[in-house]
Amino acid sequence: MVLANELTPSVELIGITKTYPGVVANSDIHLTLRPGEVHSLLGENGAGKSTLIGILSGMVQPDAGEIRIKGETVRINSPRDALERGIGTVYQHSLLVPTLTVLDNLLLGVDQGWKLGRDAAKARLQEVSTLLDVEIDPSSVVGDLALGQRQQVEIVRALWRGEGVLILDEPTSMLTPQGAEKLVQVVRRLVSNGLAVVFITHKLNEALDLGDRVTVLRRGKIVGEVTPAELQNRSRAQITDEVLKMIFGEKSDASYAAFASQVSETADETFRVDHLSVEGSGPHPVLDNVSFTLKRGEILGIAGIDGNGQKELAEVLAGQRHADSGEIILDDQSIQNLSIAARQAKGIRYVTDDRHGEGTVGPLSIALNIVLKRVGEVPFWRWSLVRHSSIREFARKLIHDHDVRAPHEEVAISTLSGGNMQKVILARELALEPRVVVYNKPTYGLDARTTSLVLASIADQAKAGVTTVFISTELSEIVSICHRVAVMYRGKLSEPIMVRSGIELKLGALMTGSTTL
Amino acid sequence: MSALHDETTVVAAERVSAIEGRLTRIGRSMATAMIPVIGAFVIGGLLLAVLGRNPFSFYGNVIHHGLIGSLGRQETLIRMAPLLLIAAGLMIAFPAGIWNLGTDGQYVMGGVIVADLGPELAPHFSGFVLFTTLFVVGFAVAAIWSLIPAILKAWYGINEIISTLMLTFIGLRFSAFLVKEYFYDRETTVPQTRVLAVADRLPRMFSSRVHIGLVVGFVAVIAVHFMMRNTAFGLRLRIVGMNPKAAIHAGMNMKALTLAIFTLSAGFAGLAAAVNIAGVDGVVRAEWNPAVGLLVVPLVFLARFHAASVIAFIAAFAVFQVGGESASRKADIPNFMVLFMVGLLLVFMALGEYMQLRSSRKH
Ligand SMILES: Nc1ncnc2c1ncn2[C@@H]1O[C@H](COP(=O)(O)OP(=O)(O)OP(=O)(O)O)[C@@H](O)[C@H]1O
Ligand SMILES: [Mg+2]
Repeated sequence: MVLANELTPSVELIGITKTYPGVVANSDIHLTLRPGEVHSLLGENGAGKSTLIGILSGMVQPDAGEIRIKGETVRINSPRDALERGIGTVYQHSLLVPTLTVLDNLLLGVDQGWKLGRDAAKARLQEVSTLLDVEIDPSSVVGDLALGQRQQVEIVRALWRGEGVLILDEPTSMLTPQGAEKLVQVVRRLVSNGLAVVFITHKLNEALDLGDRVTVLRRGKIVGEVTPAELQNRSRAQITDEVLKMIFGEKSDASYAAFASQVSETADETFRVDHLSVEGSGPHPVLDNVSFTLKRGEILGIAGIDGNGQKELAEVLAGQRHADSGEIILDDQSIQNLSIAARQAKGIRYVTDDRHGEGTVGPLSIALNIVLKRVGEVPFWRWSLVRHSSIREFARKLIHDHDVRAPHEEVAISTLSGGNMQKVILARELALEPRVVVYNKPTYGLDARTTSLVLASIADQAKAGVTTVFISTELSEIVSICHRVAVMYRGKLSEPIMVRSGIELKLGALMTGSTTL
Repeated sequence: MSALHDETTVVAAERVSAIEGRLTRIGRSMATAMIPVIGAFVIGGLLLAVLGRNPFSFYGNVIHHGLIGSLGRQETLIRMAPLLLIAAGLMIAFPAGIWNLGTDGQYVMGGVIVADLGPELAPHFSGFVLFTTLFVVGFAVAAIWSLIPAILKAWYGINEIISTLMLTFIGLRFSAFLVKEYFYDRETTVPQTRVLAVADRLPRMFSSRVHIGLVVGFVAVIAVHFMMRNTAFGLRLRIVGMNPKAAIHAGMNMKALTLAIFTLSAGFAGLAAAVNIAGVDGVVRAEWNPAVGLLVVPLVFLARFHAASVIAFIAAFAVFQVGGESASRKADIPNFMVLFMVGLLLVFMALGEYMQLRSSRKH
């Protein structure tokens, strides 16, 4: 018997159903959010989590079902509506304008500037920051803030109109361990004040640590729940096991231990980066004398807090960004002056982390996005004429092999869930026969099982002789598949060191700029 | 086994629903295209009523003189030829995200060179050779003219909306200068080029005044439609239009593509001028300002770059233009109705887009 919560629920979702052509995204969902409770929402990629919170935050209208706020049936017509009813959402992608100050962002996003004067807004900011127990300078420019601080601003914005429900969609994926720690404190504080929190994550440990209650979605349906009593009374291992089974519908081993194999001592050095520098507008260069040498089949992990030059390094290697000095050498030949296409022809691939911005073309079908980097190539085009059948056949195979959840290969890729879109990008890149691959956060937004499958594929490719640069903010992933690892901090790359157990602490220190190993 | 069976039926059902979805989408986009047209007619009618004219007899005259009467119908078909060619060029530029608003200047530049060259070449070449040469020259001159905004855009990132519009003004002045200084016919009093003899003009069809330029226009629109949808090049252009960052990431050569988009799109405007000069005008005056290109812009958007709709809208526009001239004369009002209706059409289109955006948010 679970202890009944005496208070009226903050929100009740009753029989929520939402279908898209060919997909039931949410099917008869019943979910109750209680004040003072963190409710973790788990589920594989495409399970329907974002759709559900989209409905709650007014972005998506359900086909059927009822939403009650504090016992009263309501219709939430728009995100503004949701905010006004005290439902605030922190989306996966930041909605803040980096060139504006914190205060201007808040005025712009929440109040349109005319409802609330600047002084009143400052006072409200003070109120909310006290509630969160964080320090936020209203006049600092958002672009200068660390990601953790930016997220705090997003939370302030979500709570601007009053505190009822706070929804966090994968909030920790971009944070440092310290930032994540701070977020946990903030959330704890908010629930102790009676807020209801919805917490979406693919990291099971986080979900169980922070959540008072866990709900699991699969293929649009609720397939299981873990009550607070169960969370307190049963062993973590047992619960983990059960939840994994709920998420994936089968016994699933989502760990990805020890994929790394040895690189042959005699393997030749294929890829060398020599003193690459890119000047920046800020106080330190974007890339500062970056050098490393890789053997055939070697995986070099590049760890670091987001925004220390990793993305820029990847772009320079891919040819998307101009380096001010330095050299990139593949098989004793400089590729420095080659175009993006010419580098691709030489087998250099860049798997971008920006799936919406540059990784995909939203209105085009999944099939065409799969051949995006091969437009005009045989057998998909012949005499420059498109051969839809052969593109579709190829796409169907990759969709099947990579378990992309989509009604069929002709739907616009923009309709896919975040994780499934990422699967398409990886499928596209893994299908080619590369020599050197630069991965930038390839598992971002993927569920645990897919993450382990992707890591295994990367490791397998390396065994087959593909040289790999693996940029990630997840130390556990780096440790599991990389041979050596280096840390980027303010544009500088540390000396690569061999991966061995217990290395995480040292990497953590390097990531925050401490130079002692 | 039965599970497998289930799955295939589900897949089949999904495909059927996808096809249904597509059909309703086509239906809906036709409807969204027609609503602005109807709206423009209703408001236009109200204005006529306010002016004390009978809107029904006005529209009746438009149809009569633009479509039903044989002379009007011929004139409509003749007007369609250059409009179709300009539209073909815009069907390349707009989906590729390039706002070529300089077709008027490109038209004039192509036209003035063709007008000078035509009478020059006519005595030496005949028929097919003469016309293809003029067509190629018209296309090439406009294409070269468009290299200015193309290079400004591809190398320096300068916005083409402004540069192409500006170049129309420069093109008009420059062509007038060419006519006055170099190309003028010494035997006339007004500054104009020599006239291409009627015998040397484009062949006519169906024993009417309609020349084969109309066929060139149809072929161009259909060919561009096909190219944009079925070739690798067309897909590249659409990708550049939908997400230029993805095009760069995929390794596409943005500079080359930008140049291709400008030159092709402008080339068709030049070809339009060549067709019209070799087909009907035969001459260019110094103060020539045909101003046809910008009128095509809303039509191409309204048709969502689809060949059949482009042809339909241009036909309707030409009927209205030709019929409107006569109807205005009969109703004794200035010949502003066509422009006014195009303006209304734009307003209703913008409204339609807004409504669609709102309703798609609801679903
Ligand atoms: N606008 C849309 N049009 C069509 N289908 C959609 C749309 N939005 C979502 N879907 C489909 O609904 C299903 C659920 O998607 P949703 O984004 O809710 O998944 P998710 O649980 O958030 O997954 P992820 O962990 O990958 O973010 C997916 O199969 C997706 O393809
Ligand atoms: Mg999601």
